[in-house]
Amino acid sequence: MTNNNCYLPHEAEIVERVIESPSIFTMRLRFVDDTTHNAYEFIPGQFNMVYLPGGGEVAISIVSDPESKDLYDHTIRIVGRVTKGLAQLKDGDRIGLRGPFGRGWPMEKAKKHNVIVITGGIGCAPTVSVIHYILNRRQDYGRLSILQGVKHTDDFFYRHRFETWRQAENTQVFLAANELGDHYENWHHGFVTDLLDQVDVDSEHTIAMMCGPEIMMLKSIEKLLQLGMSAENVYLTMERSMHCAVGHCGHCQFGGKFICKDGPVFSFPEVEALLKAKGV
Amino acid sequence: MYYFLPYPKLQQLIDELNQQAYRCVGPQVRDGAIVYDHFHDIKQLPWGVRDIQNPGEYRLEAHDEKQAFAWANGPQAAKPELFKSRESLWRVERDDKGKLCFREVENNAKIALFGIRPCDLHAIKIQDRVFLQDKYVDQHYQRRRENTLIIVVNCSYSSNNCFCLTANGHPQAKSDYDIALTEVDGGFTADFLSSAAQALLSKLALTEASSQQLTAAEKKIDQAVTMQGKKMPEGDLAQLLRDNREHPQWEDVSRRCLSCGNCTQVCPTCFCHREVEKPALDGQSSEHVREWDSCFTEGHSYIHGLVVRKSTKHRYRQWLTHKLGTWHEQFGTSGCVGCGRCITWCPTGIDITKEVAALQKEQQHDDE
Repeated sequence: MTNNNCYLPHEAEIVERVIESPSIFTMRLRFVDDTTHNAYEFIPGQFNMVYLPGGGEVAISIVSDPESKDLYDHTIRIVGRVTKGLAQLKDGDRIGLRGPFGRGWPMEKAKKHNVIVITGGIGCAPTVSVIHYILNRRQDYGRLSILQGVKHTDDFFYRHRFETWRQAENTQVFLAANELGDHYENWHHGFVTDLLDQVDVDSEHTIAMMCGPEIMMLKSIEKLLQLGMSAENVYLTMERSMHCAVGHCGHCQFGGKFICKDGPVFSFPEVEALLKAKGV
Repeated sequence: MYYFLPYPKLQQLIDELNQQAYRCVGPQVRDGAIVYDHFHDIKQLPWGVRDIQNPGEYRLEAHDEKQAFAWANGPQAAKPELFKSRESLWRVERDDKGKLCFREVENNAKIALFGIRPCDLHAIKIQDRVFLQDKYVDQHYQRRRENTLIIVVNCSYSSNNCFCLTANGHPQAKSDYDIALTEVDGGFTADFLSSAAQALLSKLALTEASSQQLTAAEKKIDQAVTMQGKKMPEGDLAQLLRDNREHPQWEDVSRRCLSCGNCTQVCPTCFCHREVEKPALDGQSSEHVREWDSCFTEGHSYIHGLVVRKSTKHRYRQWLTHKLGTWHEQFGTSGCVGCGRCITWCPTGIDITKEVAALQKEQQHDDE
């Protein structure tokens, strides 16, 4: 997308809204200008700034398939003023959209490798495009293991997606929750990190990609390294407050990194020291 | 080639800039400090005053009535002109059918920055890297920079808080200005770098500066060099800060720091800003505004219910580590120009050079 003014949003229409859970919804968006819509390209892991008219902007990762020009999907958790406002919009309403921003997942490097996707809560959203990307190029990648953890099974969403992925070729899905509701007997009761025991990790030929609470990612990394994976093959996506998305506003600084433009995806060695420090 | 610009011709220069539709911004005394604002008459300049600066202290004293630039600096200079403390980035309007129209906010004002100091110019070059160097360019800043004429006045005096010589600076500006002046008896020696400056100066029918005037100008600058006592410790500060994230000095300084953010507001390179929305009451339009922010606020590191840098210790560490350390990683330069403003305007007189020295001292102690 070309736009000389990197701060100026484009008009977009909410074509469809999907209620994923009581606090999570997906907005399926189309740029009102066809040329903008068709010229728009992104890679898995990148994000957009979604603008609520009169409310402000929030950084939201793109969950649709990068191959598809149909609609650009954004899964959003209601956590603050702007996301609450976005949740109240209806099909056909107009919002603002600018992007894509940031560095995405290492899809090239991951070719010919097994891929383990480890996510917690809404952290699964930024990895959906990775999963679609791999499933659409099945021969280019090895086994795909998808590990998702939630606090309570009531928080689980994308139910149909996980079911579809479970059926996909050379793909495994493992689910964990700290609290199990009724009818979830086949889930693991505990942390997502425990699920790694069920994955046969070929440490030489695996790339791990994770998104979720920092403590969850640190625990997972610890385990992956114990299993013999090298730190360079472990990738994670970071989250901080973002206002501008282009490295100007200073809010998303993580040590010397601007998460908005140097990330949000980092290899573990790039952020190891910072992740372990408090209040950085 | 150096010209001599006598004071009456300086007034002509200001008149000429005004005629060419420049907004002339220059130093003047207000509320007991030197501030930069619009001016039209050289009588408004800070004649006959000198600033006395110490940690947590700023006051003006009477000095030689015949000089307009016997002082070092004030709380602000160029930053509020180029990177506005509050500015509208764009507007959005909604029509009857619910369609949104996003409009850029234009700004084509021409600014003549008169009488900024070499450290202020150094700071502009650093902010240029923040807003202009990457693939994402801030057009608001860019437009203003393209329309700015810079007339720098070299220093003849260093305050007790000046340390530009150990911050890659110098009391004499060496590049990146349109016109550089050094105050001598009866006026200034002047040289220029841009064709716009050449055109301006040629209208004033100036004579060449005499060798005595040039010697006097050199002496003035030497005087500022010689009297500058404060020093930023030498060494690889980026490495020092990287290695000392858990140093006890952070706890120590946090007991003195009020987390007020004064240092970030007076710092000529601090660029953090927040974006806020100003919707109209009828809900049909809204303005997207940016305002200066500070890493000393709780809101700066707030993310959905969580404040990442909860304590003053974390915030001061962030500010100092960014300014002198990670700035290199981001922009290939330190973020400090040695103007000393953060020391002067800190209500508790925290001295950035002393904090670094304390980190270094303990560090050396550890190595023994």
